[in-house]
Amino acid sequence: MSEGHPILLAEGISKAFVGVQALRDVTIEVHAGKVLALIGENGAGKSTLLKILSGDYKPDAGHLLIDGERVEFGSTADARRSGIRVIAQEPEIIPHVSVAENIHVGELPRRGRLLDRRRLMQRTRDDLDRYGFGAALDPSMVGSRLSPAQRQLVEIMRALAGETKVIALDEPTSSLSDHEVESLFRLLRRLRDDGVALLYVSHRMAEMFELADRITVLRDGAVVGSRDVRETSEQELVHMMVGRDLSNMFVRKPHERGPVMLSVRGVSNEHVHDVSFDVHAGEVVALAGLVGAGRSELARAIAGGDAITSGHVEVAGRPVKLRSPRDAIRAGLGLAPEERKAQALLLQRSVRDNVSLVVLNRLSRAHFIRRGRERELAQRFVRQLNIRTPSIEHPIGELSGGNQQKAVLARWLARRPKVLVLDEPTRGVDVGAKAEIYGIISELAADGIALLVISSELPEVLGLADRIIVMQSGRVTGELARDNASEESILALAMSDELTGSGAQP
Amino acid sequence: MTQSMESRTPVKSGPPAPAAHTSMVRRFSDAVGVQNISLIIALVVLSAVIGSRNSSFFLKSNVVTIGTTVAIVGVLAVVEGVVMLLGGLDISVGSAAGLTSVASAMVFTSTGSAGIAILAALGIGLCTGLFNGIVIIYGRVNAVIATLATYAAFRGLANLISNGRAQGYTGADSVFIFLARGTIVGIPTLVWVLIVIAVVAHVVLRYTDIGRNIYAIGGNSTAARLAGINLNRYIMGVYVCAGLAAAIAGILLTARTGSGQPTSGSQGLELQAITAAALGGTAVKGGKGSVSGTLLAVLLLGVLQNGLTILNVNSFWQDIAQGALLIIAVIIQQRRRGVRAIGLPD
Repeated sequence: MSEGHPILLAEGISKAFVGVQALRDVTIEVHAGKVLALIGENGAGKSTLLKILSGDYKPDAGHLLIDGERVEFGSTADARRSGIRVIAQEPEIIPHVSVAENIHVGELPRRGRLLDRRRLMQRTRDDLDRYGFGAALDPSMVGSRLSPAQRQLVEIMRALAGETKVIALDEPTSSLSDHEVESLFRLLRRLRDDGVALLYVSHRMAEMFELADRITVLRDGAVVGSRDVRETSEQELVHMMVGRDLSNMFVRKPHERGPVMLSVRGVSNEHVHDVSFDVHAGEVVALAGLVGAGRSELARAIAGGDAITSGHVEVAGRPVKLRSPRDAIRAGLGLAPEERKAQALLLQRSVRDNVSLVVLNRLSRAHFIRRGRERELAQRFVRQLNIRTPSIEHPIGELSGGNQQKAVLARWLARRPKVLVLDEPTRGVDVGAKAEIYGIISELAADGIALLVISSELPEVLGLADRIIVMQSGRVTGELARDNASEESILALAMSDELTGSGAQP
Repeated sequence: MTQSMESRTPVKSGPPAPAAHTSMVRRFSDAVGVQNISLIIALVVLSAVIGSRNSSFFLKSNVVTIGTTVAIVGVLAVVEGVVMLLGGLDISVGSAAGLTSVASAMVFTSTGSAGIAILAALGIGLCTGLFNGIVIIYGRVNAVIATLATYAAFRGLANLISNGRAQGYTGADSVFIFLARGTIVGIPTLVWVLIVIAVVAHVVLRYTDIGRNIYAIGGNSTAARLAGINLNRYIMGVYVCAGLAAAIAGILLTARTGSGQPTSGSQGLELQAITAAALGGTAVKGGKGSVSGTLLAVLLLGVLQNGLTILNVNSFWQDIAQGALLIIAVIIQQRRRGVRAIGLPD
């Protein structure tokens, strides 16, 4: 282990949520003047660990030591007082006030009851100059006009107020350009040299090798191991991140594929860049990638939910003019979105209402809904998809996540689409319902529907897909056929970036 | 963390409970709704209290008075309820009613035809609704702000064209007399107008895809859009309906007073309409509510107003009572939704 005693030692941390063990006996140590990088797949427990450090969550077991002294956080304020700062991925910036006020919010200098604006500006300017960012950030600039990098900078400056021992950053570079990453790294190195301990969570391999002194790998809520950065390689780290038991994984039987049903050609907008691929009838194509790779944004663009700035989409050989989701639905494309409750369900309405939503016009005559046919339809899908509900009139908000998801699937099946896009279809779904949803996806493919499935769970991707398209930062970084795909090969593409060159398009 | 915390709700498994086990009370309350039952109870209690203090409350003439007073507010409240179901709000309905009231009287004076006067009023009402819709949809203006602005503007317009004075005299025209004092099978025409509009609104909301889509948009506009519903068309539709309802209210107002009134009689109608819709269980955020609830609330407000009058309570108290009811209705709604007391309420 490293020399000296660590500034921050998290020992034996465990944390469970309803039914899920998020962290299991995790121990990490961060030293003054060193950078510890934390890596792991989606859901490996990185964010939970950060939330424990920030005082948002209380660990079920284990404890935190700062400078060898045991601390317990009842609130985020406690964590702050102990000298820990956790910087969120999306910094909280107050849009309509100045940079200076954003940095010193909560402790603005005053003269009597009045704000001392001169002192505030001076203090902010001094701080910025001290870290070499006097030119990069104008203290009087308004929050809403800051670039992503400047927002990070404001958040870090905010974190430096008071006595700061440890700064933890959660994927700070996810929305930064290369140039901005460089200046951020300059700042982080300066902080490190000043004796601050840094904990750096990232998805990008190259960054870790550039910045970190040590790398700790998390998998399924436990520490797999720690490596000194000079003694490890990308291959070793990827191998540590995956390598789980895949024996009881779901495996779909592939079918013969039909003609091209969905054709995406050079689609770009503010989140995705020049994406092209095809999905055939009877085929399941998975979109893999890490959180924030632009997969959901791509799905929304294809389904007409977000505007496309260039490129086009064809369904069953016909170009679709996508002005709204309505156009996509008319062309035969359905999207079951990622956020079930926020984007798909009418929580207060019945299962029947939710299932029939996109086929109401087919069920009605002169706008009057034929209630008998509607009931019949809802009942048929409740039976067919095994949706467990007391009756079709039951409010959907009271069903379990899995049954809600099946109802969303039923809604689209009722429409009999040519192309179905499923965004994280098994998120928040229990194991039994998961297996049922896999079964449904299989049957749909067998029926000749073209399926595009977004999933952050690699075993699911490998088990379901005929082909796997991997995205990173809004671009397709590679495509893998079922037979030569593995967790390692997917992750390598998902974490590749220009700096390593390992993810060049095949 | 492959599973989120969403799956907390237990899976309700097993066959649905046989109907015989459901008690009569339960079935009744399911059919009528808890909200409506509490309104009915409030109505009965209030009537009993007022009636015990002053027995003339139960006289047929007084019941007719309540009915006719309630009718105009009722027309606005039913349609306001639909606007709120969609997640919107229309504060301008009272002003629009005043505008159509003077306009119809002025058209009547110059043409001598009640039919043309009524058509003119409906046309103006349609325009007020279109204007609100355009400002909200294409100007991307929040509905409260947009209709607050037109609330002032329509009132100003009404005063401008009438010089702020009552216009025309319609009290001698047979059509207006029939609207104001006529009866069909013993029920005042005014009440019939409310009944027809309420029935149409109820049928549309309950039995057509249009109604379903309104509930869907109010309940979750993102889901509704992703389900292919054209939100703008519905927003425009409900505001145009609100404008038309305001025109009908304006015509009835002209008929009742015998002249066109730019502000008197229409002032405060928007407050009553919104109060009735909220009190009737229409969720302020949209997606939940019914015509029956709104009607019961309109009736409750009418009885309260009438009771305070015949019990000789200072009429200023009526406004206070109404304001209090609006706040209480929304507090009850929020409590039932289980809203946490954090941040600004939405």
